[in-house]
Amino acid sequence: MAQICGADVDEEGFLVNLKDWTREIAIEMGKSDEIDLENEEAELYSERWEVLNLLRDYFEEYQIAPAVRVLTKAVGKKLGKDKGNSKYLYTLFPYGPGKQGCKFAGLPKPTGCI
Amino acid sequence: MLHTVNKSSFERNSLQTCLNTIDDSSVILFIEDGVINAANNTKSSMIADLATQGRVFALQGDVEARGISSKLADNIKLVDYAGFVDLVVKHGTAVSWV
Amino acid sequence: MATKKFMYLNRRSSFGTVYAIESLEVVLIAAAFEQDVSLAFMDDGVYQIVEGQNSDGIGMKNFSKTFHALGDYDINKLYVSKESLEERGLTESDLMPLVYEDEDDDWAEKPSIKIVTNDELTAIMSEQDVCLSF
Repeated sequence: MAQICGADVDEEGFLVNLKDWTREIAIEMGKSDEIDLENEEAELYSERWEVLNLLRDYFEEYQIAPAVRVLTKAVGKKLGKDKGNSKYLYTLFPYGPGKQGCKFAGLPKPTGCI
Repeated sequence: MLHTVNKSSFERNSLQTCLNTIDDSSVILFIEDGVINAANNTKSSMIADLATQGRVFALQGDVEARGISSKLADNIKLVDYAGFVDLVVKHGTAVSWV
Repeated sequence: MATKKFMYLNRRSSFGTVYAIESLEVVLIAAAFEQDVSLAFMDDGVYQIVEGQNSDGIGMKNFSKTFHALGDYDINKLYVSKESLEERGLTESDLMPLVYEDEDDDWAEKPSIKIVTNDELTAIMSEQDVCLSF
């Protein structure tokens, strides 16, 4: 099985065990998608991390990775109305806030996400 | 003997069959969905006498998982996994009613 | 796409069989298709939404938390059999306080759970296009 920073990931790059997640793993996953999650000066650095943290909080509370539409709603509610739209979230995570965001955050692929 | 029951009486007759065949010295341990039989409900009379005699046990982890810790019928004794092992050792032959 | 009415019947408790978590998974997947979805809890299925479940001791995922997310998936019709509750010595106050935000009422928080008699459930089921049983 493939590994990132010593943690098992599946064939699509998602962490196998949620508990293995570290900031370093997110940074490594970001690198392979050419997204800088390490350097605080990087473009959209804090914007990306606030969504990743929200995703982790969401999972902790509900035990699932949210569908994009549900994530969008939650972002609008918690991070500000102007951010609660899919255009903004796709700017942060071009491969999809559900797929790419959840992967960086160490969550499973969202239920119903194909 | 130790009789374990892992099904709810609302779903299966495992507990009833167990009660039909149990002798005077045996004890019952509810595990998995069997712990639903340890809750105070319309089926509680099935085990009331045995419970009064201190012969009815329920596995704590399964009770907590189902959110029924505060709803147990009278005189049910909770055991953890180590307590489960103790019951097996003390009562010898175990029968699983599945 | 025309909207159809889907009802998911939940008759088993949470951890003894795989039915409960499978049903919830299917419900969440189906939510993506924006159909009219309702859930019914009867028999031991009512234990799925009992408040205060803690599965740490049996090493299984406590997916009862996921029911709190259903409101955000626009699933807000959870019918619970009155007879099944009573038979088990349970009341509405033993259930999780599941709510949703009503879009048409300034996002007011409203209860998703409705206790219904078998007769009422019969009527609700007869209105459905599809009933899926778990």
